Amino acid sequence: MRALDPRLVRRARPVRALLGVDIALGFATAVLVLVQATLLARIVARTFDGASLGDVVTELVLLVVVFGIRGAVAWGFEVAGARAASSVLSELRLELVERRLRTQPAALDGVEAGELSAVAVQGVDALIVYFGRYLPQVVLACVVPVAVLAWVGAVDSTSALIMLVTLPLVPVFMWLVGRYTEERTRERWTALRLLSAHFLDVVRGLPTLRLLNRSRGQAETIRDVGERYRLATMGTLRVAFLSASVLELAATLGVALVAVTVGVRLVGGGIGLEAGLTVLVLAPELYLPLRRLGAEFHSSADGIAVAERMLELLEAPVEVERHGTLPAPSPGTAEVRFEHVLFAYPSRPALVLDGLDLELRPQETVALIGASGAGKSTVASLLLRLAAPTAGRVTVGGVDLADCDVDAWRRRLAWVPQHPTIFRGTVADNIRLGRTEAGDGEVRFAARLACVDEFVQALRAGYDTVVGDGGRPLSAGERRRIGLARAFLRGAELVVLDEPTADLDAATAALVGAAVERLQADRTVLLIAHRAELVRHADRVIVLEHGRATVSVEPAAA
Amino acid sequence: MTSTRRRLLALAAAPRRRVALSVALGAATVLCGVGLMATAGYLISRAAERPAVLSLTVAIVCVRFFGLARPITRYIERLASHDLALRVLANTRVRAYERIEPLAPAGLEAYRRGDLLSRMVGDVDSLQNLHLRGTLPPLVALVSGAVSVAVTAAILPAAAVILAAGLVAGGVAVPLALGSVRRRAGAREAAARGALTSDLVETVRGAPELAVYGRSENRLDALAAKDEELVTVARRAALADGAANGLGLLVTGATVAGVLALAVTAHAGGELDRVLIALLALLALASFEAVQPLSQSARELSETLAAGKRVLELTEREPHIHDPADPAPFPATPFALALDDVRARYASCERPALEHVDLRLDPGRRIALVGPSGAGKTTVVNLLVRFLDPESGRVTVDGLDARAYRQEDLRRAIAVAGQDSHIFSTTIRANVRLARPDATDDELEDALSRARILDWVRGLPDGWDTLVGEEGRELSGGQRQRLVVARALLADAPVLVLDEPTAHLDPATAERLIDDVLDAAADRTVLLITHRLEGLDRMHEVVRLSG
Repeated sequence: MRALDPRLVRRARPVRALLGVDIALGFATAVLVLVQATLLARIVARTFDGASLGDVVTELVLLVVVFGIRGAVAWGFEVAGARAASSVLSELRLELVERRLRTQPAALDGVEAGELSAVAVQGVDALIVYFGRYLPQVVLACVVPVAVLAWVGAVDSTSALIMLVTLPLVPVFMWLVGRYTEERTRERWTALRLLSAHFLDVVRGLPTLRLLNRSRGQAETIRDVGERYRLATMGTLRVAFLSASVLELAATLGVALVAVTVGVRLVGGGIGLEAGLTVLVLAPELYLPLRRLGAEFHSSADGIAVAERMLELLEAPVEVERHGTLPAPSPGTAEVRFEHVLFAYPSRPALVLDGLDLELRPQETVALIGASGAGKSTVASLLLRLAAPTAGRVTVGGVDLADCDVDAWRRRLAWVPQHPTIFRGTVADNIRLGRTEAGDGEVRFAARLACVDEFVQALRAGYDTVVGDGGRPLSAGERRRIGLARAFLRGAELVVLDEPTADLDAATAALVGAAVERLQADRTVLLIAHRAELVRHADRVIVLEHGRATVSVEPAAA
Repeated sequence: MTSTRRRLLALAAAPRRRVALSVALGAATVLCGVGLMATAGYLISRAAERPAVLSLTVAIVCVRFFGLARPITRYIERLASHDLALRVLANTRVRAYERIEPLAPAGLEAYRRGDLLSRMVGDVDSLQNLHLRGTLPPLVALVSGAVSVAVTAAILPAAAVILAAGLVAGGVAVPLALGSVRRRAGAREAAARGALTSDLVETVRGAPELAVYGRSENRLDALAAKDEELVTVARRAALADGAANGLGLLVTGATVAGVLALAVTAHAGGELDRVLIALLALLALASFEAVQPLSQSARELSETLAAGKRVLELTEREPHIHDPADPAPFPATPFALALDDVRARYASCERPALEHVDLRLDPGRRIALVGPSGAGKTTVVNLLVRFLDPESGRVTVDGLDARAYRQEDLRRAIAVAGQDSHIFSTTIRANVRLARPDATDDELEDALSRARILDWVRGLPDGWDTLVGEEGRELSGGQRQRLVVARALLADAPVLVLDEPTAHLDPATAERLIDDVLDAAADRTVLLITHRLEGLDRMHEVVRLSG
């Protein structure tokens, strides 16, 4: 693990600004530490020689001021770090979403939506620790010991020599033992995750355990697992904590050594009281930044992991390049053809489509059926230009879709996925996804055609009811009908329907079936189905098997 | 101490002796640091008077002692406090489990969704912080602060007053003041973050649709605005967070200067030996080590308390279902189950889940219960096994109200293989054997073979000992269902309830599974709940639930 990922510095402007601020504040801290020690020593030494309060009052006031400025600097470190953390995260987050939306909207394999959102939002706390505490500590650990050592050298070179001898021990121990601990700590965290997973598994399975009359005994198991984990962890910690103790030992022994030598030399007159006290007050400041660095190192590990994961996601290769400029012919009048299309996901070697030939004639409804995993949804993705063929081409009116302007092509399409996404907002807003500028009347008309009206009328706020996260929950059937309403409102020439009646009960399936039938009028429709129910609406049925269209039959025979 | 915290401390109780040990060690660590600086200050001051080196011996020994003792006490203290936290963690889990065990599943209805449940488990885990952040740091600060003040008081009482005031300001006033500012800022930050998270999840999930419908750009703009809001609020919160260290340093400086001023005056007045001035100043400076972490622990404690509140909401619920004081002996095998004009309602819903429902399950009969989703089919199962009691009407077993029997007896007589049956993250053997831990290998094989899964299990490289992964993730939907059925068969109960055993299966697989299960059920009483048509021809009766 590096202190600072160079990719992060390169990519995020706020990080560069922060580094500048941190270095400036680091130097300020070093100066303040020196001034503070000198003031303290001077006050004591002068009183020692008989000075009264009036003689040292300036120094006392200055001492408070210096502490105050140190406080302000410490505050500055944290505030600057937090600002940088939220800016960096904001920048990376928007870039990530933008990338997702613009270039690879369908690329769900490998990166789940949940993980992406978690990394993009939850990571901020971890990054604040990293930027606000760890990074300043890195700067301080570089600047302060050098400054302290130089100053002590100027005041009393013998003490500086003693410090110089003990100082290299600190980073050496830190490196040696820190490496060892890091591995041990990681093991410990894996074990902790397993332990939590066991508890979660038992709680999730509680209804089943109660049905089997096995729930009571589980408390003992939970206790046993916890106890075993405790014993194992304590074994690890006994070693892990040694590293911190070794650092601490180097620090306290260093201070003690300096104090005793200074004391003995004072007796012999080799050093003055003020110089001796200055050295004593400075001695702990030499080790403090290094020890803190060790402590913050572990708590900042999460922040680094988050940032690195985001960078990985941002640097993953883009899947569909959009470069076409030709206007797309209308699928309402021109034929859409899949010409010997091959397709494989980049993460998996197996071909999903293996030389698929398929045609959609204007105004007809084609049902595409096949077992799950046969590649039906891939066909939809290619048609929607959410993915591009690995080989072969998809054409409309003889023009390759890859050469067409993507936005112009999509304006002619509507798509009802199996689980339409409901965005937080009103029902009307959700239907308007199909066409933003549509008036209320048009929205209602589309809703009636899609049988949305039936359940919306029953809601107190009607079309103004808030749905989506935190709003009224919608059933699978209601979601799908809203998806259909979007398609009606869109007024598209080609509609892709993905399993519109799957997993619905008979009554809802009938409603959706009727809506689908209305949608078919005057439109080209690709109907993806798992079961044969809706196939009777189709003009043609195509069976997809092993990535190819194996049978093309009339619906009567299906 | 708030009542929430008191109730939580009862749930996450720690042995007093161990708490005391951790506090003593923590205070000793701080005091060694204080002692090191104070005696070193004294040593140097005394040495400046140029006495014989021998007269410095005691001071030198003290300096060396404190220098050596501090890393050692620190090491032991860290071990002791972590040991304490781990003990508390284990006990808290057990206690929380024992409280929620009688609630499941009706009392946990609101937590059905996996993420809520895992949050609950995470909340329970975070209660270990109650001691690490809530109890130990203030007590360590109190003990070490008291000793520092007492030592100062013995030398110069006026300086002790200043030191005490400074420690209280740094350890109590600053954390309290910042805490209230931070809470307000934190609430706004959490709201902004929540809004952005849900928008982000929607956007990422709905990205393909947004692209197809040409709405990507608008969405990005809206997200950027929400993001801006979060950044602004988070920055404001950071101002409060960062102030803790800064104010702490200011208070330290003012206190040290105050102590010094008094020492100087006292020395001028002849009340204080000059060799003690450095001791007093350095003692004051070092004693702030104990109060410095209090702001942060207060912040972390308030997060722990929020998590704890959510845990308490759950653990302090009263179970609705109880065993009778004087349970009736459970009837011998053939017996009839019946629902008589039952109305049932879940606590979280206004509308009843079932109304006027009659159903009779005579011994050996096979009955299918069909109906649209939401008609209350699963509620019937919950009533039969007493996960829910009817609001009106009765559930009877052998003519007697089900509430007259012990729940365990009732559940031993009814085996349920449901769509919600949990597969535990362990081996195939352990998952099936859960139904009857004393079952022999032959009986296990028999159950698996009747669920038509034995050959597959035998063909696996690890066979019976194959790990199935979290929630059976390593298995296909069909294998999972068959495993659940095998478990229900092994339970060897006279009544077998199958709750949507074919959900999420394709038609061919579903048909085979139902056939196999009905073969295996032999002459048991069977209740098959389904919204599909497979297997209905093999039932004696089909009951329609209309909702």
